[in-house]
Amino acid sequence: MEVCGTHTMAIAKAGIRSLLPPDVELISGPGCPVCVTDQSEIDAILRLSEERNVILATYGDMVRVPGSAAGDSLAARSAKGARVRVVYSPIDALGIARENPDAEIVFLGVGFETTAPGTAAFVKAAKESGLPNVSCLSLLKTCEPVLRALIAEPDFRVDGFLLPGHVSTILGEDGFRFLPEEFGIPAVIGGFEPEDIIVALTRLIRQIRNGEAKIENEYRRAVRPEGNPLARRMIEAVFEPEDSLWRGIGRIPKSGLAIRKEYETIDAKKRFGLVIRETPEPAGCRCGSVIRGAVSPERCPLFGRICTPEEPVGPCMVSSEGACAAAYKYRPAE
Amino acid sequence: MCLAVPFRLTKVDGVNAVGEKDGVTRDIRVDFLRDPKVGDYVVCHAGFAIERLDAAQAQADLDAWNELEEALATL
Repeated sequence: MEVCGTHTMAIAKAGIRSLLPPDVELISGPGCPVCVTDQSEIDAILRLSEERNVILATYGDMVRVPGSAAGDSLAARSAKGARVRVVYSPIDALGIARENPDAEIVFLGVGFETTAPGTAAFVKAAKESGLPNVSCLSLLKTCEPVLRALIAEPDFRVDGFLLPGHVSTILGEDGFRFLPEEFGIPAVIGGFEPEDIIVALTRLIRQIRNGEAKIENEYRRAVRPEGNPLARRMIEAVFEPEDSLWRGIGRIPKSGLAIRKEYETIDAKKRFGLVIRETPEPAGCRCGSVIRGAVSPERCPLFGRICTPEEPVGPCMVSSEGACAAAYKYRPAE
Repeated sequence: MCLAVPFRLTKVDGVNAVGEKDGVTRDIRVDFLRDPKVGDYVVCHAGFAIERLDAAQAQADLDAWNELEEALATL
């Protein structure tokens, strides 16, 4: 199983599955942060876009994620006047706040550990700037709890993990040692070039065939054994673990990152009194099962017929890192 | 969400830096690098350099992949 949206896309683009022997199945797990954002959180974001004077600053692939109401999304709302600005970096939200003193800028903090340090630096910079009109809605999630939750499921049948290259840049080989040490599951950290993935999978398959279980690092040019302690220190300074809702999996304890009390003036949840109410997924949508790796994109009844990139039903088809978007974009020619 | 771009640092000033790739330049933050220097190659994600790219290791990887491709061509 791979647990990184960037791996999902890279594997689909390079056609890696066509190179694998018939007894090796590569499953996509919960690696796309937009896809695992719960429907209730998406609806809360859409309600926030209705607030007077709010400008939402967000990464691009959140813009078309469907809300619970048919046809609803940030893109649809912005067509009706909601202010949504796509940014590359959370730091860009500070500039937007300075340029729009009459508006309330809310940065949508989606992502895993790769994105968390930069989001933390933004929260810190926002507080230090004294700007009264900027805040962060933290929807950040962490990897270890979801891996543990998957392993605990009765139908868990994964023999090894391809580990996310840039999450590993932050957490290091050390961050994933619990997989072989506690569960006897081998895991290899892989980079994102096709060759990286092929070499990493070869090493993983070799471990599985030899009955070994250890962490190997194929991506040594960007991943140190100890990871990046400076980045982790920034995460810990600004965020603390909280329970979080994952699409298709439910509540996983201590799997999200909440803004610490010290930075609560920058916490959009507090500033806007946001309430996240548990919400079902759109009818017929199997994103939850796809994210867990229980169903492949092609096995979703809506895939390619009712759910397409132009008219997506769920986030797996919308996100640039979604398993369904990857499967659709790189599907074999007829 | 591991999307990242390799940049070469062309300017460094505290936590602020400028990265360059293929003629495109961008302001990036280098808070998470120890002692960043002009000329360093870095992996940049969402405007933040998350690690220095080890050029020697990167070259070793490229050489290994060339060897792999040459071997595959003989099959």
